[in-house]
Amino acid sequence: MTKIKKEFHPFHIGDVQVRLLERLSNACAVSGDEGEVRKIVLEEVRPYADEVKVDALGNVLVTRRSKSENALRVMLAAHMDEVGFMLTNDEGDGLYRFEMVGGLDAWKLAGKAVWVGKEHQPGVIGLKPIHLAERDELQRPVTLDGLRIDLGLGAKAKVGDRAVFATSFTQLGPSLRGKALDDRIGVASLIELVKQAPPDIHLLAAFTVQEENGLRGAKVAAYTFNPDLAIVLDCTPAYDLPVYDGSENTRYNTRLGAGPAIYVADAATLSNPSLVRYLLGIAEDYSIPHQIRQPGGGGTDAGAIHTQQAGIPSVSISVPGRYLHSPASLARTSDWENSITLVHTALTHLSPELLKYEESL
Amino acid sequence: MKSLIQKLVETNSPSGYEANIRAVIRAEVEAYADEIRTDPMGSLIVRKGVPNPDGHKIMLAAHMDEIGVMATHIDDNGFVRFTTIGGVRPHTCLGGRVRFQNGAMGVIGSERLEDMTKVSSFEQLFIDLGFTNRKDCTIRVGDVAAFERPFVDLGPRMVSKAMDDRIGVAVLIETLRQIQSTPHELYFVFSVQEEVGVRGATAAAFGVDPELGLAVDVTGTGDTPKTRKMEVGLGKGPAIKVRDGGMLADPRVVNWMVSGAEKQEIPYQLEILEAGSTDARAIQLTRAGVPAGCLSIPCRYVHSPSEMVDTGDVENAVKLLLELLSNPVHLA
Repeated sequence: MTKIKKEFHPFHIGDVQVRLLERLSNACAVSGDEGEVRKIVLEEVRPYADEVKVDALGNVLVTRRSKSENALRVMLAAHMDEVGFMLTNDEGDGLYRFEMVGGLDAWKLAGKAVWVGKEHQPGVIGLKPIHLAERDELQRPVTLDGLRIDLGLGAKAKVGDRAVFATSFTQLGPSLRGKALDDRIGVASLIELVKQAPPDIHLLAAFTVQEENGLRGAKVAAYTFNPDLAIVLDCTPAYDLPVYDGSENTRYNTRLGAGPAIYVADAATLSNPSLVRYLLGIAEDYSIPHQIRQPGGGGTDAGAIHTQQAGIPSVSISVPGRYLHSPASLARTSDWENSITLVHTALTHLSPELLKYEESL
Repeated sequence: MKSLIQKLVETNSPSGYEANIRAVIRAEVEAYADEIRTDPMGSLIVRKGVPNPDGHKIMLAAHMDEIGVMATHIDDNGFVRFTTIGGVRPHTCLGGRVRFQNGAMGVIGSERLEDMTKVSSFEQLFIDLGFTNRKDCTIRVGDVAAFERPFVDLGPRMVSKAMDDRIGVAVLIETLRQIQSTPHELYFVFSVQEEVGVRGATAAAFGVDPELGLAVDVTGTGDTPKTRKMEVGLGKGPAIKVRDGGMLADPRVVNWMVSGAEKQEIPYQLEILEAGSTDARAIQLTRAGVPAGCLSIPCRYVHSPSEMVDTGDVENAVKLLLELLSNPVHLA
């Protein structure tokens, strides 16, 4: 469907990009408290942007204009926030009750190391040890009531402080391991796309807040930009693991190493079918590895964006990641690389015809 | 009107994939419209009438999408696993037939149930298109299908898949065709993506920016054996919505609709629906808020492949809309 007419530049992830992702992954930015990531983003994009502003909710809104005035206005969005914890009660002796922010399971938390507050104070999530547990206690699910963040009297925190999993980013051969790759990998991609913006579109980059607690930042960002179309860059679970009984895994969502995942439908958005067809066409024409994310639950910032104003054609593209919303997620460098190549190539060839419906009276 | 209804309900257009039904509707309304446009989400917006100091800017909405399914995985043997689009329930699926947008037909089967008193979960259901391996299967992950069930005319009653809400679409088309004159600037909106959460109407309402809004959609009934208690029944006239799960209709709009029906001696019923909502909710909550209501067509077996409506209720809905839209509106 698309004709190859412009030069093709596959994107390469080098040391510079990995180091940036490392800084982003190690930064602490639980929903509603995204300052640490915002600071890195602002530093990185300022030299390349025509306009940068931080809106009332804390979204970073970056504009990079095309020389041609009639160019399409394309919004790209990646969320800066991550799932984590908020301290709710100081119980003395270094112990704090806490709430979960975003999608987390209480039963997975016991014994995990955390960083608390702006100073990244080390702590641990504590639970009664197995030695002391009654037999029937072991049958009951762990709930938040039984868990505390323990700072060991090493530091003082206050109610309202955020905490995150204490995982330092590392490279594992062709893979990347770190906390909050959902969605620091999208943030890193968006920074690269701002730096190397295709010349024939007005690029409207939204580094959003509060995605993990309900797509809140993207809603107001989309209202402000009111773009012609939007592409959301996120990180989606890969559950491409063997099934316990050896049967075919039919519910993997995405697979690591199979390329960026294009969304057709999730619980929050039915992607614009023309945009999906277009992305698939570009990926095929330029032999960019890609996969379709299994339609189903979940949601990205596209859910908030596509119904803003009089409607915004939207689609999401995610880098697959195993073990998201846990202390350590795992992604492939090649998937990340190919996701930037796919978006950049798609934006380079974009034409307004793509969004036209039938002729109007 | 029945041939129009048949044409509409037999068109395959699940939420997000409304191109087919949009083309059908467009051809039906073109001759009667002052202006037609398709908004960025795909809703078809048809204007009739011009701004007038004695009239209002009124948005009428009927959604043109329908519930359906979407392929999530093609297995080694060519069976297609699927997820749902909109409120599909597993007990209406088994043995059902679906048609993909490429025309391919399939039947829904289930893994063996250990306990036959239980209903299969979606994880246990699959679509069998007659293929024997993945390579030959013409369906790809992300492909969308609608339930397949032909229109049946029972005389006083009509049965089909997608009466929700093609019957509302038919009522709006018929109203547009029959209306002789109106003091209002009318926007007939054939909205997309209602079944997944009134998404199309949310954007369309913002774009139209109306002063008054009315949805035309189906509602459930309480007139079948051992069903939930509900006042609404088939054949007692169109229902004027008082509330549903997502909206309290503006009482002034309810009064306006009730007096219109009484003036023309059109049978009507008042509707209290416990769950669910319609495009009227999206209109009511757009921008700084809009007075909104809903005219409902009573419908049995909603979201099954055999939804039943009463022919008289449909005709009376058109009559009531003609009365309401041909005269000035004084909300009180």
